[in-house]
Amino acid sequence: MEQLLADYTVRTVTLGTVILGVVSGALGTFAVLRRQSLLGDAISHAALPGIGIVFLLTGTKASLILMVGAGIAGWVATTAILLITMTTRIKYDSALGLTLSVFFGIGLILLTFIQKLPNANQSGLDSFLFGQAASLVVADVITMTSLGGLVLMILLLFWKEFKLLSFDPEFARSLVLPVRWLDISLTTLLVITIVIGLQTVGVVLMSAMIIAPAAAARQWTDSLGPMTFIAMAIGALSGVGGVMLSTATSNLPTGPTIVVCAGGIVVVSMLIAPRHGVVWRWIFRMIKNRKLQSEAVLLDLFELARKHDDLEYPHMETALRVIYPRAGTLYRQLRGLEGKGWVKMHQHGAWALTPRGIQMCSELLQKRIG
Amino acid sequence: MNIFQLEIQLVAIVVAAACALPGTFLALKQMAMMSDAISHAILPGIVIGFFLTQNLSSPILILGGGAAGLLTVILVEWIRKNSLVREDAAIGLVFSTLFAIGVILIAYFTRDIHIDTDAVLLGELAFTPFDRLILAGYDLGPQALYATGIVALFCTGFILLFYKELKLATFDRALCATLGFLPGLLHYVLMGFISVTAVTAFNAVGSILVVALMVGPPASAYLMTNRLGWMLSLSVLLGITAAITGYWMAHFLDASIAGCMAAMIGIQFAVLFCIAPEQGVLAAYRRKRNQKWQFAIQMLAIHLLQHENTPEAALECRVDHLQDHLAWDVSFAEGVVSRAESKNLLRSAGDYLALTDAGRSLAREAITQT
Repeated sequence: MEQLLADYTVRTVTLGTVILGVVSGALGTFAVLRRQSLLGDAISHAALPGIGIVFLLTGTKASLILMVGAGIAGWVATTAILLITMTTRIKYDSALGLTLSVFFGIGLILLTFIQKLPNANQSGLDSFLFGQAASLVVADVITMTSLGGLVLMILLLFWKEFKLLSFDPEFARSLVLPVRWLDISLTTLLVITIVIGLQTVGVVLMSAMIIAPAAAARQWTDSLGPMTFIAMAIGALSGVGGVMLSTATSNLPTGPTIVVCAGGIVVVSMLIAPRHGVVWRWIFRMIKNRKLQSEAVLLDLFELARKHDDLEYPHMETALRVIYPRAGTLYRQLRGLEGKGWVKMHQHGAWALTPRGIQMCSELLQKRIG
Repeated sequence: MNIFQLEIQLVAIVVAAACALPGTFLALKQMAMMSDAISHAILPGIVIGFFLTQNLSSPILILGGGAAGLLTVILVEWIRKNSLVREDAAIGLVFSTLFAIGVILIAYFTRDIHIDTDAVLLGELAFTPFDRLILAGYDLGPQALYATGIVALFCTGFILLFYKELKLATFDRALCATLGFLPGLLHYVLMGFISVTAVTAFNAVGSILVVALMVGPPASAYLMTNRLGWMLSLSVLLGITAAITGYWMAHFLDASIAGCMAAMIGIQFAVLFCIAPEQGVLAAYRRKRNQKWQFAIQMLAIHLLQHENTPEAALECRVDHLQDHLAWDVSFAEGVVSRAESKNLLRSAGDYLALTDAGRSLAREAITQT
């Protein structure tokens, strides 16, 4: 019976984090592409006073009502940031930092008031601050699913408009699209997404849920549709991975574990993603270097042989070593060229071009000159 | 005011000054969010330092935090270079993942120590007088005062010593590099100061107040002045003012000190946002209105100049004709005429308007300008 109950909790929590991962992956894709990665951080901090005010006014801990307060506060903060950057010379980053810390400070003041309320047990509010994935219940998951579903549906409905807005807002304006409204709606969707996640992973870690899946997905593809899908999948995967790891190990908090999973996926993607990955590019460069090097050896042989009026004149490896001090490299290159049938070894370690090698050389030279 | 209150305010003043100085350079380099990132990312460094020493006020913690801060800077740089996402996404990724690792370390390896995420995020200034520095039996005051004081002194010394190099690196990095001043090294030293400040301040004021103190006062000062020297001094002054007023606000509201100081920083900014000379909203409004009158007076002068000494002059150069010709309503036309008259640009005889010499030269100037 206990086993079943535990399983049931784990299932609920997993479902919740998967939904969060999917929604934040999708919206995060747009946030990262539109250089709004840190806006998520500001919004999640700014949500605190909203939660505080709603709790002071209504005294409720129902997540949906607190979410409304958080959403409004996050939206007000976004507007404040926009106002500051549009009317003064203060840059976006300063406006973000200022709004974030001031709103959070006001939230802290409200929290001290709430603590003083005689009937207040603010544990429910704490979970909004630091996240309490393990305390998710079915009602929370239902709220998350419906809000998340709504967000995804709107995203799908205005897909091409949002795409245009993200990549070429000027062109969108010239098509008489309501760019301002699109901008506001996409940001509002981001606010809703963050509000959904606050209860699960908390204020600080929510920004990782927005950025990490999208940043990882960006490594794997260059087009928006696949990137969004990959980000959603990575978000879900980190959710599942985080919950599994934290249930399997005692004392491992769920929210941070999810974030570390997502961070790990980013690192792996940065390393091994085809074309853009660090390892991939390294291998590619190695292959290219090898090819260039062996071509250089071939052409040097050609150049030396030309001085003897005999293109198949053999040269000692030691003579070549003057040009290529690293013996191992030279030998490997020569063997490689021999394998292709472009050079062959005569007696006493002397190397000469073959007719096919000579033909290759003239082709290469022609390519380089032409 | 008792001795505790004095000591708390002293600590707050020193922290405010220590934060405002490097914060100014961050704001000018458009990297204000690095303060947010570093103040969160130091958590794992602090935790590891604590494991090693089992003492929350050991200098090892400062070393650990400083190392974590520099690691943040290096990782952000590495991700920016090796992935397709921009710097803001890299910042968001690194600090939230490091913070998550810090939270996991706390939860996994410690069960009952007095270091928790609340302390790092929120801090508690009110407790600083309880950690005394006692040397040879003499009580020398709160430890936090000495720690932050030393950091503030070093930071001031660094800025005074390398003032022109820092200025050059901030405003013209390329020229700085050309002259051989190593802007990269200066950048890392500055980031090191920010990390060390954040660590020393963390158990006194919490990371959110560190962000507020690093971003807020410089942003406010940026509204007031165009000169780096003034901006630095003004930031320190504004930070200190916010710290003191915030403390008393907390005292009278009986609320979180860090929260009240952050709120005061917000109020300060909001006031300056409205009334700052040149940059403020009111100044911008006044400038716009003045421009409107100035333009109207020019129009009127040109109109009068065109019809001066012509047969239609008696008809055209009349106040009531302006409504037809320039589409001005009566009150606006009268306003323009009276302003122009008070500036000695024209004389009115009954309804008839005649330019003075000054008015003629203004009109000619306006025509040649366009």
